[in-house]
Amino acid sequence: MSYIRIAKASWDGGLEKARKAYELIGPVPEKDSHKYAVLAAGQLPDMGFKSTKLSPKWVVFPQSEVMFEYTLDESKANHHILQEVPAAPGARAVIGIRPYDAKAIQLTKMNFDNKDYKDPFWLRNYERCTFVGLAINEPSSTDFSTSCGTGPFAEEGLDVLLVDAGDAFIAKVLTDKGKKFLSEAGFAEEAGADAAKAVEDLKAKAEAAITSKVSYNKIAGKTIMDLYDAPFWKDVLFGCINCGTCTYACPTCWCFDIQDEVKGTDGVRVRNWDSCMTGLFTHHASGHNPREHEWERTRQRFMHKLKYFVDKYDAGLMCVGCGRCVEQCPANIDIRTVCNTLNDF
Amino acid sequence: MRNPNPYEPYPVRIDDITVETEDKSLKTFKFVFLNPEHEEMFAYKAGQFAELSIPGQGEIPIGIASSPTEKGFVKFTVFKTGKVTSYLHSMQVGDIMGLRGPMGNWYPWEILEGKNILIVGGGFAFTTLRSSIKMMLDNRDKFGKIDVVYGARSPGMLLYMDDLKEWEAQGKINMHITVDKTDDPNWKYHQGFIPPVAEKVAPPASDDTYAIVCGPPMMIKFTMPVLDKLGYKHDHIIMSLENRMKCGIGMCGRCNIGKELVCKDGPVFTLDQLNQMPKEY
Ligand SMILES: Cc1cc2nc3c(=O)[nH]c(=O)nc-3n(C[C@H](O)[C@H](O)[C@H](O)COP(=O)(O)OP(=O)(O)OC[C@H]3O[C@@H](n4cnc5c(N)ncnc54)[C@H](O)[C@@H]3O)c2cc1C
Ligand code: SF4
Ligand code: SF4
Ligand code: FES
Repeated sequence: MSYIRIAKASWDGGLEKARKAYELIGPVPEKDSHKYAVLAAGQLPDMGFKSTKLSPKWVVFPQSEVMFEYTLDESKANHHILQEVPAAPGARAVIGIRPYDAKAIQLTKMNFDNKDYKDPFWLRNYERCTFVGLAINEPSSTDFSTSCGTGPFAEEGLDVLLVDAGDAFIAKVLTDKGKKFLSEAGFAEEAGADAAKAVEDLKAKAEAAITSKVSYNKIAGKTIMDLYDAPFWKDVLFGCINCGTCTYACPTCWCFDIQDEVKGTDGVRVRNWDSCMTGLFTHHASGHNPREHEWERTRQRFMHKLKYFVDKYDAGLMCVGCGRCVEQCPANIDIRTVCNTLNDF
Repeated sequence: MRNPNPYEPYPVRIDDITVETEDKSLKTFKFVFLNPEHEEMFAYKAGQFAELSIPGQGEIPIGIASSPTEKGFVKFTVFKTGKVTSYLHSMQVGDIMGLRGPMGNWYPWEILEGKNILIVGGGFAFTTLRSSIKMMLDNRDKFGKIDVVYGARSPGMLLYMDDLKEWEAQGKINMHITVDKTDDPNWKYHQGFIPPVAEKVAPPASDDTYAIVCGPPMMIKFTMPVLDKLGYKHDHIIMSLENRMKCGIGMCGRCNIGKELVCKDGPVFTLDQLNQMPKEY
């Protein structure tokens, strides 16, 4: 494993160089928080950011993505025949993605890239990306990532892990894609022998700062029906107004809808983020709705993350412990409580 | 080989449209692939479904009503109920649209071969049962006794009248057609609801006898006790679900029941399997 030292004074210049080979995406201020955005010419990421309301999942799974185009004009050849929208060209570097968000992309990859089907739109977005992560030195109070198979310095899904070491970033090079990014940016100063130790120290400190934990060791041993029929759901989920905030904020929520949109005779088929919190999500044309009540939809969200996914993939929870849903839920519904309740049931 | 982009429909032309029922709420659409190679890529089994894709309107999951033994076309029977189905009902022979699939699992023919089959179908859920019956008739020596109980509200609401008459005339399967009620003095089939008719005509339960049951929730609700009474084991009762769907390929997360995705792990399940799943259908 090699370590590169990037003096902060050379950071901006390096990114400018990297722009020649990559479209850059990074955290930028938005109101009282931050968001991940495509960085315009001259715009630089704010590497001092604390958190973002939305995760960068849109990079691989845009909130709205055109899949096909077509014409309804019968005088044209190929009318009514869908044409796949060509992939956007060029490589992208996602600067400052948090380790838990990178892990979340790996979890959702199990859905979009499986033995039966490959989602070509998700995969082409993913393959364009180099993930240049930023470790979290000071985790927030709602961060419980260390009990979700990731953590503030976790490396899974990253090509480079940057660690803020005061006057410099120490870059841990994790893949060939990561190596290429650093060389395009001209970051080439080998970090000294003590870099690995400095990173380990900061890592230990950050991990120790996370006191919020969930347990799910007993969940896999219970049946779906036992947990589904458990008596506590209505109590635990009381107050959920099905606003859907948690599903949009969550880096591991991937449900989508497909819609046709037409202007004149030009049409597109688009996929949009959807949410299991809405009634329409499961509503049949006949009027019957298998998840008729609001609490049943909330149960679905938690059962999916904490049980169905666990059983299906044997890869742990479908939650990386980022804490976004905990922070943003207007009804103070806390997935940690739900998870621990399920585990202890 | 199937399409590497599973969201991309095969272009098809509407070749024929049949109005199936007296109230005109059900029409059968016969499609021909614009590119003959796509017909091979669309190879399906009885019980599977596909997404009918209408540019500008959207996509709907519909059971395949033609049989894999019928070549040169695929057929679907569609009930007019909402946005896409209403539009489809207004379309004409010659119009171009799309077809994506085949999707989902099928009735477990690997197990059903050599067995006696009881089919209980009600209303317009008869579509994939038509596919199945036609397929079994074209492979008649591979199956044991076949009994079909099929019912609708009135004679004019029965689907596939020509097929029903032909199957009955051939005498290779036992047809038990029923309608809830009719004043037609010449009606020569059963009258009354499906469950009691099924109780009367169903073959005795055995390890070698399977029931396939598809129909409206009420019919299912009252047919299950009948099959229980007759001694059908729950792993010998096969059903097909219709959860709301979008992608049809297990990606969009819409159609799950527990960890099962109805579009990919289903829509066909045994009652035994359903007993261990949340009742979210
Ligand atoms: C596996 C399967 C097989 C089916 N087979 C048949 C069949 O053979 N014949 C038939 O007439 N109908 C069948 N249906 C039901 C049919 O899919 C719906 O009636 C149809 O989607 C309604 O579309 P709409 O746009 O007219 O209705 P709207 O109410 O306007 O629905 C809008 C959208 O919601 C979705 N949707 C709504 N209701 C359903 C539903 N019940 N199931 C799935 N998606 C839904 C569709 O994406 C639809 O485009 C089947 C459903 C499934 C899941
Ligand atoms: S759990 Fe909270 S954020 Fe999620 S839908 Fe319910 S009220 Fe909204
Ligand atoms: S469920 Fe909540 S804490 Fe877990 S990954 Fe999603 S938003 Fe983060
Ligand atoms: S319809 Fe998309 S997952 Fe089943």
